[in-house]
Amino acid sequence: MSSTKYILGLFDDPDEMMHGIDELQKNSVPIYDVYTPMPIHGIDAKLGIKESRLGYAAFMFGCLGGTTIFAMAYYMMVQDWPMNIGGKPAFAIPDFIPITFEWTVLFTAFGMVGTFFYATHLFPGRTPRVMDLRATDDRFVIAIDAKGNIPHEDITNLLKKAGAVEVKHNDRKYVSYE
Amino acid sequence: MASHSESIIREPLITGKDITYAQITNDVLRPVENMPGRAWWIGFTVASLGACLWVFSVSWTFWYGIGEWGLNKTVGWAWDITGFVWWVGIGHAGTLISAILLLFRQNWRNSINRSAEAMTIFAVICAATYVVSHMGRPWLAYWPLPLPNQFGSIWVNFNSPLVWDVFAISTYFSVSLVFWYTGLLPDLATIRDRATGIRRKIYSVCSFGWTGSVKTWQRFETVCLILAGISTPLVLSVHTIVSMDFATSLIPGWHTTIFPPYFVAGAIFSGFAMVQTLLLVTRKVLGLENYITMFHIEAMNKIILLTGSIVGVAYLTEFFIAYYSGGEYEQYTFLNRFIGPYWWAGCMMYGCNVLMTQLMWFKKIRTNIPISWVLSIVVNIGMWFERFVIIVTSLHRDFVPSSWVMFYPTWVDVSIFVGSIGLFFTMFLLFIRVLPSIAMAEVKLILKSSSEQAKRKILEHGGHDKEQVEFYKESLTTFDSVEIADYEKI
Repeated sequence: MSSTKYILGLFDDPDEMMHGIDELQKNSVPIYDVYTPMPIHGIDAKLGIKESRLGYAAFMFGCLGGTTIFAMAYYMMVQDWPMNIGGKPAFAIPDFIPITFEWTVLFTAFGMVGTFFYATHLFPGRTPRVMDLRATDDRFVIAIDAKGNIPHEDITNLLKKAGAVEVKHNDRKYVSYE
Repeated sequence: MASHSESIIREPLITGKDITYAQITNDVLRPVENMPGRAWWIGFTVASLGACLWVFSVSWTFWYGIGEWGLNKTVGWAWDITGFVWWVGIGHAGTLISAILLLFRQNWRNSINRSAEAMTIFAVICAATYVVSHMGRPWLAYWPLPLPNQFGSIWVNFNSPLVWDVFAISTYFSVSLVFWYTGLLPDLATIRDRATGIRRKIYSVCSFGWTGSVKTWQRFETVCLILAGISTPLVLSVHTIVSMDFATSLIPGWHTTIFPPYFVAGAIFSGFAMVQTLLLVTRKVLGLENYITMFHIEAMNKIILLTGSIVGVAYLTEFFIAYYSGGEYEQYTFLNRFIGPYWWAGCMMYGCNVLMTQLMWFKKIRTNIPISWVLSIVVNIGMWFERFVIIVTSLHRDFVPSSWVMFYPTWVDVSIFVGSIGLFFTMFLLFIRVLPSIAMAEVKLILKSSSEQAKRKILEHGGHDKEQVEFYKESLTTFDSVEIADYEKI
């Protein structure tokens, strides 16, 4: 039994990589993940990844932010210490609009980005789990789990035929660890 | 899809022959991965001397109090707020470029957004330091925050535009920072994967473990789009609220309902001018002419022309409304801008902002790099004077003629202002040394569709309308990074 853990198909062109994904899928080879130096539209649909729900999170955080500051302003200006400013009403809704808007935006931004980092496991100091070091530079990498898949040579040939400039049989999952 | 081909009548966004993805990485990371050249060191030395002057003069202010400034009983706000509004205004271009131009799918933003956003953040830092130093007792800087306290609690007054301003500026700064840093993650990962040793460790921590897998990119794009969507009204709200600091007062010359759109246009105007000032030098020094092309320069000049003209219309409206209002104090304030003792400041304001930018109507001027650079500086001088005229000229002759005075800045005023420019450039120069000054991932995205080489391939393929081909070649003649001789055979 070979010690190969992952087979990587390295492409130098995004369109050829898309072709590679099609070829693999036509031959029922499951794809583990794809690493690219830039966002490529359409891969997510091919790999059956559902649309991101971050928009819903953003909306909820926005509602939370707006409600929080409006409630604070209401408590401070109306309940706790109402001030008589020229006899005008203490509950001056138009004056609360700027701060409500600002905190809506603030909570949306931080809440959504925080959720994004949490969901994709991004945080300062996280060890990078990189399969090929050029995937952030100029290579478009298709990774295939070697275990249980059809003969490795067939996958290599498929990738080569689709236009891969290099096919790697890695014994380790990640090359970024020492 | 990356492969769709763009019409040839659009100018290329990346020039040069045989640009590959690797080439983009190499070109952008050259200043990050190598020791800086002489130009950088000279610039850095001058800028950090300025920053030292800033530290000294701000410390002086903290130690002796704001009595060290040239303020008097009539003019209680002068260079400090002028400097603050000037810097906040400059800090508007970055988020405008990254947010509004993203929503409008303006692909040319891809190569200038990173440095423009960085510049935004540094400009807002400079502005924030003014806010803190003009308080007089900076150790009480937390007072504008709605914190529980032992005075009752006595809360901040949410009816006050100054409190709104605290919320607006702090939100703007932190959201811009988040937007900028999230966009940096893929590029930090690129540096990480090319570096070794301690640099690798540092960039590894900073890149949050970015790998570029399908899911991260998919979510990344959603995040960027939503951030752009919320930053667009945010940018517009910030200078609106800054203008309300003035507009909600009763001072003639400040009490003006046109202020919000007028200030926002002015802010974008000065912000783009500062981006132009910085990028025209940066592209030359770092050799990025292929990515920041003549198209980018001209597009920014067009925005400067547009916003400058909006500012011009606002000036005219202001004068007309002062006349039409029938209020004699209002009318006097505006006449005083021309016939009062500060006529020269008024001339600088109207001359630099309105008259000089009208030169941009000429394509020859828009595509001339030295003239564009000089004009971008002229715009920022003009915008500084705009704030000076609005603030000091409106204040110095108030309702009681016996209190009419002039404002004379002291060396502390001047040093803080000059020093803040030094501080700004110090931060910018450090930025181009340690972080990629162009968003690599985003530039790679348009390589196959909008680069000169891609369009050339389409041309060589043939079968295009002759008129369109001629139009395209004609537009290339203004580019300083294109070998026009190569196109003679096609």
